[in-house]
Amino acid sequence: MNRALFLLPLLMLAVLAGFFGWSLLSGRDPASIGSAMVNRPAPALPFAEPRLKAGKPVLVNFFASWCTPCLAEHPLFMRLKEREGATIVGIAWKDKPEAARAWLAKLGDPYARVGFDQDGKVGLDWGLSGVPETYLIDAQGVVRLHFRGPLTERDLAAILPLLRGGS
Amino acid sequence: MLPDPALEARAREIGRALRCVVCQNQSIDDSSAEVAHDMRRAVRERLAAGDSDAAVFAFMTARYGDYVLLKPPFKTGTLVLWLGGPLVLLLAGGGLLLAARKRRPPPPPAPLSEEERARLDSLLGPRHSVAPHDHEMSATVWRGPSR
Repeated sequence: MNRALFLLPLLMLAVLAGFFGWSLLSGRDPASIGSAMVNRPAPALPFAEPRLKAGKPVLVNFFASWCTPCLAEHPLFMRLKEREGATIVGIAWKDKPEAARAWLAKLGDPYARVGFDQDGKVGLDWGLSGVPETYLIDAQGVVRLHFRGPLTERDLAAILPLLRGGS
Repeated sequence: MLPDPALEARAREIGRALRCVVCQNQSIDDSSAEVAHDMRRAVRERLAAGDSDAAVFAFMTARYGDYVLLKPPFKTGTLVLWLGGPLVLLLAGGGLLLAARKRRPPPPPAPLSEEERARLDSLLGPRHSVAPHDHEMSATVWRGPSR
């Protein structure tokens, strides 16, 4: 019994090392704040018809013309629209409408509709922490995915099956 | 800022307990982030609309999850967080107590046999002869380095 106690520190070290190893290898992001929106009905959008029409999956992307990561993810949305025929709704967050429109005119407009959230109230209802953030809403109008930060190639693995399968 | 100082005080109180979602560990009252500003305003709007403090917290957790609460709620998912520290303390305390109980003071050394005493006397010489019942040799033999 007493002898076995000497193994205790070693055992604790093994548990800690196991946890750290798992943290490193599993791709867990300790800075992630998660999302309270996933699996809940999509909140209202700043349109006359604030609820998304059910029927096909929709990507909702909060962006701003002043936001550099938005610039980085922009080509991906162009591609999603052109190659996948994705319906993407863009919400310009804390941006002047004319600035957002000029930005889209210059770079290309991947959005089926563009809404404006100048005071951030819509974003708050969506649990937004900043721009860019992207949500995938399924055909039933339920939020299925929520990405904080710019969308990357890697995220397509999660998006495409839902986008293609849900229509 | 709300015109009613009592409501504003409540808004401050709530703002100090809500975590800014882009700055790791600052309350929305302390943060200058855009989102924190929006959240402070939302808190005041809810209070002005007559919400209770609990309703305002519910409003925020519905949007940002438990992450926004600087004091996490006590529930199944946070049991380890709340009870882990005290549990480890209890375990360590219990272990220490157990170890302290096990460690009895060492038994006094066996008294010298006649043979040993005779040998000791001969080694030390007549001046230092050990008293017959003196088991403790220290006082007799070792007088300290300084004197």
